[in-house]
Amino acid sequence: MAHLSVSKTYKLYLGGAFPRSESGRTYPVRDIKGNFMANAALGSRKDGRDAVAAARKGVGAWSKATPYNRGQVIYRIAEMLEGRRAQFVELISTSTGASARAAGAEVDAAVNRLVHYAGWTDKLSAVFGGANPVSGPYFSYSAPEPTGVVAVVAPAGSPLLGLVSVLAPVITGGNSAVVIAAEDDPCVAITLAEVLATSDVPAGVVNILTGRAAEIAPHLAAHGDVNGLDLTGADVELRLALEQAAAGTVKRVYVPKGVPDFTGPPGTARLRAFLEIKTVWHPVGSVSLAAGSSY
Amino acid sequence: MDWDYAPAPESSAIAGIRDRYLPFVNGEFVEGNGADLDTINPGRAERLATVSTTTAEDVDRAVAAARRAYQRVWSRMSGAERGKYLFRIARGIAERSRELAVVETLDNGKPIKETRDFDVPTAAQHFFYHAGWADKLQHLGLGPAPAALGVAGQVIPWNFPLLMASWKIAPALAAGNTVVIKPAETTPLSILVLAEIIADADLPPGVVNIVTGAGDVGEALVTHPGIDKVAFTGSTAVGRRIQHQLAGTGRKLTLELGGKGANIVFDDAAQDQAIEGIVNGIFFNQGQVCCAGSRLLVQESIAEEFTDRLKDRVETLRVGDPLDKNTDVGAINSAAQLGRIKDLVAAGAAEGADLWSSSCPLPSNGYYLSPTIFTSATPSMRISREEIFGPVLTTLTFRTPEEALSKANNSAYGLSAGVWTEKGSRAMGMAAGLRAGVIWDNTFNRFDPAASFGGYKESGFGREGGPSGLAAYLETDDEAVLGGSRSRTAKDEGATL
Repeated sequence: MAHLSVSKTYKLYLGGAFPRSESGRTYPVRDIKGNFMANAALGSRKDGRDAVAAARKGVGAWSKATPYNRGQVIYRIAEMLEGRRAQFVELISTSTGASARAAGAEVDAAVNRLVHYAGWTDKLSAVFGGANPVSGPYFSYSAPEPTGVVAVVAPAGSPLLGLVSVLAPVITGGNSAVVIAAEDDPCVAITLAEVLATSDVPAGVVNILTGRAAEIAPHLAAHGDVNGLDLTGADVELRLALEQAAAGTVKRVYVPKGVPDFTGPPGTARLRAFLEIKTVWHPVGSVSLAAGSSY
Repeated sequence: MDWDYAPAPESSAIAGIRDRYLPFVNGEFVEGNGADLDTINPGRAERLATVSTTTAEDVDRAVAAARRAYQRVWSRMSGAERGKYLFRIARGIAERSRELAVVETLDNGKPIKETRDFDVPTAAQHFFYHAGWADKLQHLGLGPAPAALGVAGQVIPWNFPLLMASWKIAPALAAGNTVVIKPAETTPLSILVLAEIIADADLPPGVVNIVTGAGDVGEALVTHPGIDKVAFTGSTAVGRRIQHQLAGTGRKLTLELGGKGANIVFDDAAQDQAIEGIVNGIFFNQGQVCCAGSRLLVQESIAEEFTDRLKDRVETLRVGDPLDKNTDVGAINSAAQLGRIKDLVAAGAAEGADLWSSSCPLPSNGYYLSPTIFTSATPSMRISREEIFGPVLTTLTFRTPEEALSKANNSAYGLSAGVWTEKGSRAMGMAAGLRAGVIWDNTFNRFDPAASFGGYKESGFGREGGPSGLAAYLETDDEAVLGGSRSRTAKDEGATL
C-alpha cells in the first residue's frame, strides 16, 4: 500500500509553545503554482495581546542574560538552521518558486546573518556606549540597553532571509519580539519557529503570529506594553496608520528608507533603533597615595 | 537676633534689555509678520520687553534660508572650518556670560546663581564640546561616512532657554546641518542675544535662523516639508502630537519629553548628602525641570526622621528676587504655569496626601510658590503620576529594593532617577534595574555635553549629548537598499533646486 503523507498543521508560536489561534480561524496557504500547501493559523487581535504578554515575560530573562550567553544562543539558532537546510530549501522553492540554488543561497545568507548578529551582542556597549569624560568629580558612563518588547511586521518576498534580517537585530539587543509573519509565507516562518524552539532561545523571546498584518498590527502599534515597532513589512498605507497609532505611547518606530536589500550589508540602524542609551553618574572621591590622604 | 542675609542683587542694567527684539533670519534681525508679544519678567510680574513674532510665511523664509545656506555654504565647508565657527560661538558666550545670565534671569525667573553658575557656562561648554566633533564624525561609531541630514527644525522649552538652544544648535551644526529654531514664547530673549553672538562670529547667513512665537509657529516649523529633521523638547502631549503629524514622512525625529523622576533613599544612605541631592533634584529651577526628582521614595524604616530633616532643610531655602545672589528658589516662569502647579497641589490635597509648605516669606509681586512637600502619597494619586513641573515633591515609602524598583518604574515616564545608598553593589544594581535614561547615584542633576541625556518610554526617544546625541543629526550606516538610493525627500528636492 502506498504511504499517505502526514501533512503538517502550522500553528502560532507564542511563549515557546505552538497554540492554534484562539479565534479558531485558519487560512489556506498556496504554493507558487496555486496548489494548496497547508492551512495556517489566522491570528487575531487576542493572539496579538497574548503574544505581547508572552514577550513581556520573555524579555526579563533575555535582557538580563549575559551578552556572551545571548551571542551563543543566537549562534545556536544559526547551527540549528544549518541543520535543517534541506527542509528550508524545499519549503522556499515550493512557496516562492525559487530554484533550489537560489533557495539554498537564501538559507545560507540567513545562516550568515545570524552568525553576524551573534557576534554583536557583546560589542554593542563598546561601540554605542562608554565612559563619559565629564568635567566634574564624577564617574559617568553610557551603555545601551534593550528597549523591551518590539513588534515587527516581517517583509514579504524573501521569506527566510527577510524574516531573519528583521528578527535578529531585535533580539541581539536583548529585546523580545512579536513578529507578524509575511501573510503569504507563514510556513517558512513557523518552520523557523521550530528552529527557535530548539535553539535555547528562552520562551517568549520570539513570538510569531501568522495572518494579516493589517488586522493585527494596529493593535500592537497602540498597545501600551509594546515599546518599539519595526514596519519593514508594512505597505505605505498601513505604515502611516501604524506610525500614527504608535505616537499615542511615544513608541520607537523603525521604518527603512526604501526597500531593504537583505542580501547587502545590514549596517547598525536596525540594532540602534531598539536600544536605549542609559547614562549613570556616580561621585568620585579623591584618593591620594601620599600621606594625609582623604577619601 | 536677625540672621538674615543682606540683599545682594545683581544689577539688571547689565542685561542691557532693549525695548523691542526681532527674530533672526538669514543672518539678519528682521521684522516678523506676527503680532508683537510682550515678554514678562516673572520675578516682578511686569513687562520686560516686546518681541516681534513670526508667521508660517516667515517660517517658510527661514527654512528657505537654511536650505540655501546648507547647499551653498555649510555642506561644502570642511568639518574643521565648521568646528572653528562653533569654537568662536563658545568663546562669544563665555565673553558675554554675565550679560546672558542677567538676561536669562530677568526673562525666565530662575535665580541668578543658577544662570551664572550653570545655564550659561554649560551652554558655552556645549558649543565647545561639539566644535571638536565637526571634523571627527567618522570616529563616532556610526559607520565610515556619517552625513548631515540637511535642515533641522527645532523647538525648545522655556525652562532652560539658552542652554536648550545651545544643546540643540551645537550638535546640529557640528554634524553639518543648518537650523531653524523656535524658542518658547515666554522666554525668547537669551536666544536672541545668542543670535548676536552668532552674527558676531560671522557664521554664514542662514546657518542658524530663529523664529519667534507660540505653538502655532512651532507647528508650522515641525510640519514644514522643507525640514529634514525635527528635534523637540517639551511636554509629552505635544511630543505625541508631533510624532503623529510626522508619521509617514520618513523625517528623523527626536523627542525629549516629560518625566516623573524617582529619588530613592535607602536606610544606609548618607542622609545629609541625600537631603542636599533631593533639594537640588526638586527645587533646582523651581522644579521646572523635565528630569526633576519629583517623587521621593524613602525606605520605611527611616521615612519619618528623614522627611522631618528634609523639611527642616527646605525651610531654610530662600525664595525671592531671582536677581538676588542669595536666592535659592526664584519665580515660576509664568502666571499660567503657576496656575497649573497650584491646580495639581490642590488635587494632591483633595486626594488625601498630607501637604506641607515652607513658611518662607514670598515677594508680593511676581509668580512665586513656597517649596511644597506631600507625604503619605499613594502611587495612584495625580501628584504621583503627573508631571507637576514646579517646586512640589511627592513622598512615598518602600520596604525592599524590589519594591523601590517597582514603584520607581511604575510610571509612563522614564527620564531620570536617583539612588542614595552607601552600598556600591546596591547602587549599581538599582541603576541597572531602573527604566530611565539617566541615573544619578548619590548625586542628582548632573549634566555634561559629553554624557548623553534622554528618556525611556513616554519621556521620548533619541539622546542629546555625547556620540549618541550626534547620531540624531546624521545619516548613518543604514542597511543597503534595493536600487541603491534612499528616499530622502526634502533633501532630494532641495538638491535639484
